[in-house]
Amino acid sequence: MGSITLNKINKSFGDAEVIPPLDLTIEDGEFVVFVGPSGCGKSTLLRLIAGLEETSGGHVSIDGVDMTETSPAKRGLAMVFQSYALYPHMTVRKNIAFPMRMAKMPQAQQDAKIAAAATALNLTDYLDRKPGQLSGGQRQRVAIGRAIVREPAAFLFDEPLSNLDAALRVGMRLEIMELHAKLKTTMIYVTHDQVEAMTMADKIVVLRAGVIEQVGSPLELYHTPLNKFVAGFIGSPKMNQIEGPEAAKHGVTTIGIRPEHVSVSKTEGMWKGKVGVAEHLGSDTFIHVHDTGLMDMMTVRITGDIEVRHGDTIYLTPDMEKLHKFDAQGLRQA
Amino acid sequence: MAIVAQTSRFSKIAWPVVAWIVGLIFFFPIFYMVMTSFKTDADAVNPEFLFSFTPTLENYANMTDNYDYWRFATNSIITSVFATLFALVVGVPCAYSMAFSPTRSTKDILMWMLSTKMLPAAAVLYPMTFLTKNVLGVFDTHFLVIVVLCLINLPIVVWMLFTYFKDIPKDIIEAGQMDGLNTWGEIKEILIPLAWGGIVSTALLTFIFCWNEAYWTVRLTTIDAATLSKLIEGNRAPEGLFFGRLSAVSTAAVGPIIVLGWFCQKQLVQGLTFGAVK
Repeated sequence: MGSITLNKINKSFGDAEVIPPLDLTIEDGEFVVFVGPSGCGKSTLLRLIAGLEETSGGHVSIDGVDMTETSPAKRGLAMVFQSYALYPHMTVRKNIAFPMRMAKMPQAQQDAKIAAAATALNLTDYLDRKPGQLSGGQRQRVAIGRAIVREPAAFLFDEPLSNLDAALRVGMRLEIMELHAKLKTTMIYVTHDQVEAMTMADKIVVLRAGVIEQVGSPLELYHTPLNKFVAGFIGSPKMNQIEGPEAAKHGVTTIGIRPEHVSVSKTEGMWKGKVGVAEHLGSDTFIHVHDTGLMDMMTVRITGDIEVRHGDTIYLTPDMEKLHKFDAQGLRQA
Repeated sequence: MAIVAQTSRFSKIAWPVVAWIVGLIFFFPIFYMVMTSFKTDADAVNPEFLFSFTPTLENYANMTDNYDYWRFATNSIITSVFATLFALVVGVPCAYSMAFSPTRSTKDILMWMLSTKMLPAAAVLYPMTFLTKNVLGVFDTHFLVIVVLCLINLPIVVWMLFTYFKDIPKDIIEAGQMDGLNTWGEIKEILIPLAWGGIVSTALLTFIFCWNEAYWTVRLTTIDAATLSKLIEGNRAPEGLFFGRLSAVSTAAVGPIIVLGWFCQKQLVQGLTFGAVK
């Protein structure tokens, strides 16, 4: 079991309120991702749940038990750090065994669990090495191994893939998702990468300046962002947000259209512009369009390839069904 | 090009020569002391026998027979070992909390601790002597020497340990907390193993400082707790200066610490440079 409830939890450092009172419920077995720009308080929120940071007010409950004043050691949570935070003076085997040794688990049981974790994480050949002799990906797997053997109520991941190179990141992302599918344990995952958030989460919590902007499934956030911030943050490339007369035609302050919901023509269309840079990804092409008179630079995404040159005139037509409308406060209008 | 090559060849020879000269100048007093310790008191003051003399062990024999060198040496060992141990027992948790749970006043506290070293020892000589002799009745006891040596070294111990502990990533300590460690566990399982080199350097340096301390050990002891510093001091006897004897006592007093220092060179350099050399 591992349901976590945050009730009016808040955190201040001195006079600076990092997280104003906040409520959040995480169901047992959910994969929840906290996402937001750097400095939005997502790591602080995770550390409040872990108990590594003292709350300034409010309550943290794990499985219905108030753990606000409980030490991190006794909350039954496991954490994987961005820096891996392995014990450099211990071998991989001892690193993985450490939480079990602290829990005074019988040696035979420890050995069995280490063997199982090492097999699952491809670490069998490295058990007697020190962390310093491992690659970044292997170190992160050791950190995950150390977390698994504890059978925690929930796993907490603090940007675990940020120190890995791009190729490894994708691989580890899949491994973590596989792990979740297998263990069905609650996981809370902090990242600033919206792609990680979209691909991994059951539920995404979008944070800005310590405030929850929206909570929902990845597709909910993609299809119905509740405000301009979430609209701009979720989805890649970013949603085009158009203000002024064009928005006024729809009776709102801002309209938003995702790059993939705009069709392109060389001869006719609703909006006219000049081609700037075109990024050919093979499967897709991103075209950055200038001089539309709507916004500085509009991005469109088309499937497949298209022959366009810098400076060509181009016509764009948005899919009206997929238009997002926001009022003066930046909130979504039905 | 030729000039560069010449300069470098010159400096290749010149710098070692300069280094040796400087080294010898610094080493000479110690060499002279050791040499004098093998002369009779009469020979020691006679310029004729400056370098050519008949070596004798008389001073060393005299030292163990008449002065009870071993009692002073034992006192030095006891007081230095325990003062170092207590300084670490207090210093490790202290530096640990300052390194990993700093508050707004941590920096100020560190400065304040160092500032206690700025007070001239002589300023508290009278109160110290009066209190220990007449009020507390601990004058000339091991207890007093240990407490004094421990306290005067504590600021530097905390500073050194603090610097070493700062190098340990906080994440590792936090990982330990998540894995079920309490504060004592963090110190035992993570902090001490990871900062072991630094702790050993600190201990060695503190031990040497304690061993060499003379101001208080000379003034706060008479017989029972007197250390080797007191023995040397005592050889400035009322009858005058006996250079042969004095040199032998001095050699026997600094000998152990020089041997210790020789074996622990690497650790000591690390300690003295606060871990800058790695």
